[in-house]
Amino acid sequence: MSSWPILSLVTFLPLVGALFCLIVNGPKEAVDRNCRSVALVTSLATFVISLVLWARFDATKAGFQFEEKLEWVPALNIGYHMGIDGISLFFVLLSTLLTPICILASWEAVTVRVKEYMIAFLVLETFMVGMFAALDLALFYVFFEGVLIPMFLIIGVWGGKRRVYAAFKFFLYTLLGSVLMLLAIITVYWEIGTTDLPTAMEKLVLPFQWQFWLWLAFFASFAVKVPMWPVHTWLPDAHVEAPTAGSVILAGVLLKMGGYGFIRFSVPLFPEATQYFAPLVFGLSIVAVIYTSLVALVQEDMKKLIAYSSVAHMGYVTIGIFVMNMQGVQGSIFQMLSHGIVSAALFLCVGVVYDRIHTREIDAYGGLVNRMPAYAFTFLFFTLASVGLPGLSGFVGEFLVLIGAFKANTWVAFLASTGLILGAAYALWLYRKIMFGQLTKDSLKGILDMNRREIAMFLPLLLISLWMGIYPSSFLDPMAPAVDKLIGDYQAALKLARTAALIP
Amino acid sequence: MFIGLESWTLARPEIFLAAAIGLLLVYGVLRGEAATPFISVVTSLALLATAVLLFMPYQEGTAFASLFVVDRLTVTMKVLVLVGAAVTILMSRGYFENAKAWRFEYPLLVALATLGMMLMISSNDLMSLYVGLELQSLALYVVAAFQRDTVRSTEAGVKYFVLGSVASGMLLFGASLIYGFCGGTAFVQISQALLGGKGAEIGVIVGLVFVVAGLAFKISAVPFHMWTPDVYEGAPTPVTALFAVSPKIAALSLTVSMLMGPFKPLFLQWQQIILMASILSMALGAFAALRQQNIKRLMAYSSIGNVGYVLLGLASGNEKGIESVVFYLSIYLVMTLGVFAVILLMQRRNVMVEGVDDLAGLGKTHPMLAFAMMLFMFSLAGIPPLAGFWGKLYIFIAALEARLFMPAVLGVLASVVASYYYLRIVKVMYFDEPTDALDYGSGFAVNRLVAFAAAILVAVFSLMPQPLSLIAAAAAKGLFQ
Repeated sequence: MSSWPILSLVTFLPLVGALFCLIVNGPKEAVDRNCRSVALVTSLATFVISLVLWARFDATKAGFQFEEKLEWVPALNIGYHMGIDGISLFFVLLSTLLTPICILASWEAVTVRVKEYMIAFLVLETFMVGMFAALDLALFYVFFEGVLIPMFLIIGVWGGKRRVYAAFKFFLYTLLGSVLMLLAIITVYWEIGTTDLPTAMEKLVLPFQWQFWLWLAFFASFAVKVPMWPVHTWLPDAHVEAPTAGSVILAGVLLKMGGYGFIRFSVPLFPEATQYFAPLVFGLSIVAVIYTSLVALVQEDMKKLIAYSSVAHMGYVTIGIFVMNMQGVQGSIFQMLSHGIVSAALFLCVGVVYDRIHTREIDAYGGLVNRMPAYAFTFLFFTLASVGLPGLSGFVGEFLVLIGAFKANTWVAFLASTGLILGAAYALWLYRKIMFGQLTKDSLKGILDMNRREIAMFLPLLLISLWMGIYPSSFLDPMAPAVDKLIGDYQAALKLARTAALIP
Repeated sequence: MFIGLESWTLARPEIFLAAAIGLLLVYGVLRGEAATPFISVVTSLALLATAVLLFMPYQEGTAFASLFVVDRLTVTMKVLVLVGAAVTILMSRGYFENAKAWRFEYPLLVALATLGMMLMISSNDLMSLYVGLELQSLALYVVAAFQRDTVRSTEAGVKYFVLGSVASGMLLFGASLIYGFCGGTAFVQISQALLGGKGAEIGVIVGLVFVVAGLAFKISAVPFHMWTPDVYEGAPTPVTALFAVSPKIAALSLTVSMLMGPFKPLFLQWQQIILMASILSMALGAFAALRQQNIKRLMAYSSIGNVGYVLLGLASGNEKGIESVVFYLSIYLVMTLGVFAVILLMQRRNVMVEGVDDLAGLGKTHPMLAFAMMLFMFSLAGIPPLAGFWGKLYIFIAALEARLFMPAVLGVLASVVASYYYLRIVKVMYFDEPTDALDYGSGFAVNRLVAFAAAILVAVFSLMPQPLSLIAAAAAKGLFQ
């Protein structure tokens, strides 16, 4: 293992790019051009370095790798502790992959305050990667909340008509959940005297009534982020109003923070409460899957439809995590990764036509296949991936989750699987309305197919989705030991609690 | 009684400041209005020199027959107060020159008030406490009404005076009750009497309640906050800036050293009062500011809310709690000075403007300034990784150590509500289109400097909270030996 602090490099390299953007000066065109290039180069470099993480990752180990540990605020016993295991590795990669794609997507779409936009995105990347790599509760919280600042600005400054409302709703909803988690983190700190996560996993043994409240506090934060029904209402607004790249990051990475949080914190720290609350999570998730799928069916705005479909897909994720068996957890992680790729691509697809026609009304389109064959193919590909066509990424995750759920509870699996049908219904309906039929609308008669930049944007996502669908082992194998350990520790903790309860 | 030499050396900084004020006053009287710029700069320098004197050499102990005490906590608080006063004097020039009220008495009155604050902070006896408090208050009443040809400023001054006198009266009444039941005014005597079983007497409790109520007025904690929005809005903006920092820090420091000192045996009694004031302040500071259009009024409510958080730290009553108070106040000082530096730059064609909407489009017209303001706003809202987050974190760590779960939950919820109006300022600056750009003359160079210096400090505290927490820990230690 090299002595390079490679994880910190991945985390903070984007900030260096942001600083570069900050000092760029001159006439507006030159500044815009330079900032775009700086942002793209930095984010690509970050991605390449993050690939080194994958290459050097030891897939046979369950523990944390690339660990870095420094003192940060010794007075409060808060450390700068970074490290990744098989679970967080792919989330880091997902973040570093999507950022350059987002910057490409904004290449022509964003024309005002380009400099600030690029800075916001690079700062956002630092927070996202840092969040997935943080192994200290306080450090995690800093990154987790820090994400809000650039995202608030991205929605608010570069968003659509109701951007102010959406930005505030996004910010306040998420903040409300998170502050309760902060109190829970402090309580954990007083129990074990440090905020170090591995120490907490080892040492923290709480009586059930404590776990009960702390689990709920963490749940408040993560449920909003996932988002779970009924606290999902910020998501459609945020998605609709955010610029394309903002939606991509939101769907691709930010929604995963909730699921990741459950796996990383709620389950290992509060195993008994996790077991106790699993039925609640199942209930909410099933409502999310069925209800939001139905809601998606009647949407008139493309982005809103995809936003609701995200809520439904994240319902599978939460089911998978809380059935707590190998298939379920692996499936939900896989589903998160797949959703990160597929829904990001779908939002990019919307962005492509939005850049040309400047509307997201489904009724404003129709018959696009006649003029945009390459676009139609791409859209179809990702629609099917989202629906869960075998051979594409969406299938693997959903299938594993359903197997896991079936092992745990047949009814949960049965009800959740209805979502597959509904999902196919709205996705294919959307596709038919936009692509097929006669090209009658005047505004569409001169529309052009995707250019080279746009193809470059989609190609990596398309290949990865195919790869994940055909050979999921490259992703499932590295995470297996970590998931195995997670479940093993969970079962052991429950067993311990049971024996403790038997002793009078 | 013979006063030993060590008394004089312990009070060296205060004596230096008093002498400086006297000399400058004579100089001002002789030279007239022409001396104002010189006097204001020299006064700020004298205040900063006083802060340096506190450490050259650093000494601890009591002086003047234990009327006066110096320890880590008092010295740290004095530094905050002195820096706050010095910076506000420097920031005042442009404003008062515009208002044609740039008189040499202003910096000297502020310095006199600061001297009073230093005495308050160091007081170790109900007598010296009251003398310091009144010296501070009287000077501040005048300063609030300094723009005497405008109705708002004089109204603010009178309002502050009347309500302030009521508060002083309450404090005095409480002090006399305590004296009557404990048999002495010195903190040491009170402490001994309370430990000796006097704590249970109802007269002492009533006296304590009155004293705390008087102090609550000075720190503008709910329900004694009513004067704050009006005075903040009416007073000249640089004076508002001063009110938001130095007197508040001084009074909070006094509250801490009194309650954690002689009244420690009555912890369970005063904890209820402080907790209630804390919760109400946090809630009112959050909700009442939501609809404010005047930025000075908004900052008034914001400061009420911030006092609520500080009181939560105090109500914890543990070492972390006092640390958190010092830590929070240091960061609060920097953020507030920064915000007011920006507010003082809000000028259009030589007229100061105070509406939140006047900041519209600042992100486009003055990007650097808007960025600094944004940092302050996110920091005040307590969003990590900014400095304000660490302050709040510290407070909640203390509160949860003391098992104050409900107040902590209410506190974080209030902070979410409060973040709305901080965000609103960010929204106005960045999301709204500029209407009419702010323009400011050369008299405001200092304010820009202060704003950027404060922004840099906020950034430094954000990334490296450790040095500040060490200072806070050292300050709090003295109370727990």
